[in-house]
Amino acid sequence: MNSRTSTILKLAVLAGVLAFPAFGSAFYAELVAKVLILAIFAMSLDLLVGITGLVSFGHAAYFGIAAYAVALLTPKYDPASLWLALPASVLAAAVAAFLIGLFVLRTKGIYFIMVTLAFAQMAYYVFHDTPVGGGSDGIYLNFKPDAAIAGWAPFDLNEPHHLYYFVVGAMLFVYALLKLVLRSPFGRVLVGIRSNEHRMLSLGYATFRYKLAAFTLAGGLAGLAGFLYAVLFGFVTPEYLSWHKSGDVLLMVILGGMGNLVGAIAGAVALVGLQEIFTGLTKHWQLLMGLTIVAAVLFMPGGMTATPARILARINGGKTNE
Amino acid sequence: MDFVSFLIQVLNSLQYGLLLFLVASGLTLVFGIMGIINLAHGSFYMVGAYLAFALTSMTGNLMLAIALGIPLAFVFGAILEWALFSHLYKRDHLEQVLLTYGLILIFEELRSLAVGDEVHGVTIPELFSASIPLSDNLSYPVYRLVISIVCLALAGGLYWLIQKTRLGMMIRAGSHDRDMVKALGIDINLLYRTVFALGVALAALAGMLAAPISSVYPGMGSSVLIISFVIVVIGGVGSVWGALVAALVIGFADTFGKVLLPDLAGLMVYLVMAVVLLWRPEGIFKKA
Repeated sequence: MNSRTSTILKLAVLAGVLAFPAFGSAFYAELVAKVLILAIFAMSLDLLVGITGLVSFGHAAYFGIAAYAVALLTPKYDPASLWLALPASVLAAAVAAFLIGLFVLRTKGIYFIMVTLAFAQMAYYVFHDTPVGGGSDGIYLNFKPDAAIAGWAPFDLNEPHHLYYFVVGAMLFVYALLKLVLRSPFGRVLVGIRSNEHRMLSLGYATFRYKLAAFTLAGGLAGLAGFLYAVLFGFVTPEYLSWHKSGDVLLMVILGGMGNLVGAIAGAVALVGLQEIFTGLTKHWQLLMGLTIVAAVLFMPGGMTATPARILARINGGKTNE
Repeated sequence: MDFVSFLIQVLNSLQYGLLLFLVASGLTLVFGIMGIINLAHGSFYMVGAYLAFALTSMTGNLMLAIALGIPLAFVFGAILEWALFSHLYKRDHLEQVLLTYGLILIFEELRSLAVGDEVHGVTIPELFSASIPLSDNLSYPVYRLVISIVCLALAGGLYWLIQKTRLGMMIRAGSHDRDMVKALGIDINLLYRTVFALGVALAALAGMLAAPISSVYPGMGSSVLIISFVIVVIGGVGSVWGALVAALVIGFADTFGKVLLPDLAGLMVYLVMAVVLLWRPEGIFKKA
């Protein structure tokens, strides 16, 4: 696929997403919004896994921390101001990522995977075991944040359409931001760290700082996803920080294909789509999900976005069977 | 805290720590020797507990159930290694994480299909159902002591197996240089299969022993899995000795955390890990 057809394809998908609320039912609009939020979440993880080569298995922590932040910042009988709650939630997630990053980035490889998991569990227990966020029952977000600036409101998140376009805007913002990051010298250093950290070190780059910056940025963007998720569904539970959530988002990145953002988006679409289909089929839908994952790992290396190219290569190579 | 309650907590810490060691030792062996990160290891603990429940219901005796369960778990492990894990040796950690994550979902749902989602109890064998009185109103259950003794014996046996036997020699060599071991004419595939099956059997045995005290419930594998990861990380990946020390540290941190700082109980284990990693990022007993 050359870059021109790929751009046209992307624009067509975007047009479809933008026009969706006019045709789809409210249920499906909410589902699309959910996919878009998870796409933000997956792209933020892709910055670590696909671009910097840091396999974090605790990314749900930052998602959950921001979700709790907006729930806790919302007064019981009033909405919080969007312009306060949004930056505060993202900042909370980024600060948490920065502090945890100071610890976990001292480790490498398999240690990194396990240690990020363990720190996320720690965050999970903070919300699960203490009364801060309503314990294991979680906490309701009774009012969506209020977008008014000095009495004038450009939009209202209680309107499903407004919320939908707000989510679309956030998704586009994150996509554009990460594209910029990738093109910037900073992004080139991150890619360099993935392929050979020792070389980057000997070239004089303080790789720890770069990794910490990437980890913090990824945490903040995961926080943006968590914020939107809490606002969309109106409640927060400790499950937002659970390791299953971290596993799901890792799954999106890997299934979709790493390192190119579009893969992360495709992974989010695929995973939510499969979930919808499987839950419609059986109560034991996780069995189908598990089998799909196992089959995907065994038979689809490189993820979904790499598969068309692999099929093409096979056809062009004249090989028709394994 | 008076002396007797303190003693009881010490015994509880030891028992919990030693049980965790059984689970973590398999995890660290499989990683250290085969280079595989296995998220489904907690599922083997769960499989063990459910095996104990099913076999005890059938035979009416937990000890008989364990005697039958260990070989079953070993064979189950060997089949899994043959069918799935043997395809993972050359894949990177990411794909191993994914595939074994998928396995967790599969095991959980198969369990739900086979035995439902209720919590089950397993009765302690009559022989060990007594308690030893320690003071006028405090006593310690014999069964917990039995668990500790069995686990200690197994830890000793594992040490003997790895340090003193021919199989252990091959295991140690295999963790060091796979190709060299192969070149020496050792059947590395058989070796890996044995080690994996051994790891599964140890985790399942831990689940079987724990079944009467923790009861048998859905999702019981995942909390044990994460604690085992912490133990493996603290001990140093691949080090069985490190896993033993770390498991005991965690056993004490968790048990005393629950007594002394109940609000922080869930966090205690992870705080210990954070401190250890600040001090030594690659665990206490990092293999050279």
